[in-house]
Amino acid sequence: MVVEKPTVTQIWKWLDNVPDPEIPVISLVDLGIIRDVQWQGDTLEITVTPTYSGCPATSIINLDIELAMTGHGIKNLSLKRQLSPAWTTDWLSEKGRSKLETYGIAPPQTAGGPDRCPHCQSTDVQRISQFGSTPCKAQWRCADCLEPFDYFKCI
Amino acid sequence: MSNLFEFACRMGDNSLVLGHRVSEWCGVAPVLEEDIALANIALDLIGQTQLWLGLAAEIEGSDRDADALAFRRDVWDFRNLLLVEQPNRDFGHTMMRQFLFDAWHFEMLGALKGSDHTQISAIAEKSLKEVTYHLERSTDTVIALGDGTEESHNRMQNALDRLWPYVGEMFLNDDCDHIDTSSLRPAFDARLADVLGQATLVQPDSTFTHKGGKTGARHTEALGHMLAVMQSLPRAYPDAKW
Ligand SMILES: [Zn+2]
Repeated sequence: MVVEKPTVTQIWKWLDNVPDPEIPVISLVDLGIIRDVQWQGDTLEITVTPTYSGCPATSIINLDIELAMTGHGIKNLSLKRQLSPAWTTDWLSEKGRSKLETYGIAPPQTAGGPDRCPHCQSTDVQRISQFGSTPCKAQWRCADCLEPFDYFKCI
Repeated sequence: MSNLFEFACRMGDNSLVLGHRVSEWCGVAPVLEEDIALANIALDLIGQTQLWLGLAAEIEGSDRDADALAFRRDVWDFRNLLLVEQPNRDFGHTMMRQFLFDAWHFEMLGALKGSDHTQISAIAEKSLKEVTYHLERSTDTVIALGDGTEESHNRMQNALDRLWPYVGEMFLNDDCDHIDTSSLRPAFDARLADVLGQATLVQPDSTFTHKGGKTGARHTEALGHMLAVMQSLPRAYPDAKW
């Protein structure tokens, strides 16, 4: 029996439904860490780049990809780690950036800090710390609504 | 042992030992934000360790992996700089040690990024992004504390005086080094002069330097105590999984 292999486009769609384990409102595709999807014969090869080299979510991400692909009937899967070119927040999708803001996390800006408070849109914001609850975030606060918020670091 | 294996161990042991030292602050740093920042920096450094020691294991080609290299070698097999094994002491001392290392690490990774060894170049490219961020923070902190109160200024000057004899080892060069580490000194010195100036701190004029960390010839007493803590669990329960 010959079974049609799912197309690469289909697989990208499936991957776009796998949430980031730490910020589940965005997908792994939104995060920009899926670098390549291709068939090598009967083996599906997915290339993933880490966000931060010590990010504890990396192994969970690989597990989530495996589970999702197995769930869609993929039998032979090979996950490749790619370090170079190094991940950059420029690879976040536009959809991902707006989902982050709705969720309460200010998306990365090349200026190095958030342009506005994700809660009230005030531009009067101050940095509390360069680091935050996960490697990808920093802590900021809003001088208008007085709420603290996470900022997705720009790297 | 090959030069490349030695070199990968040098890079990996630097980030492992400093990463562990910095993680000792987790839960006890002066304020919550600093606690989180230090834990995040430790995490980056341990992540970089996995890459470097993973490369070392691959070069060695035996059955040792990155974990085996980290947890089953003893003091005399470690190839880290003496600077990074120095105890934390107070927060100011920890941040001065961090700044001195970050300033070297930044130049080192920048040079390694241009290596024609694709794995070394890729690890350096990845790490450099994280280390740029570390250096920005340790620079700000050294300036804020140096040019702070009389108490914080004195503590930072004492930290610099105490750590100064460990600076020279970062620029000693031998056949195992993948690049000429002595060539990094002018850029390091220029940055140091600028930052110490802003921090109102005085660079000691001694050129004496302790050595023996990166060659493994003679570590300080501090490393053995640190490894006893860091390695006790994996040695008590070899190959444990959770
Ligand atoms: Zn606000």
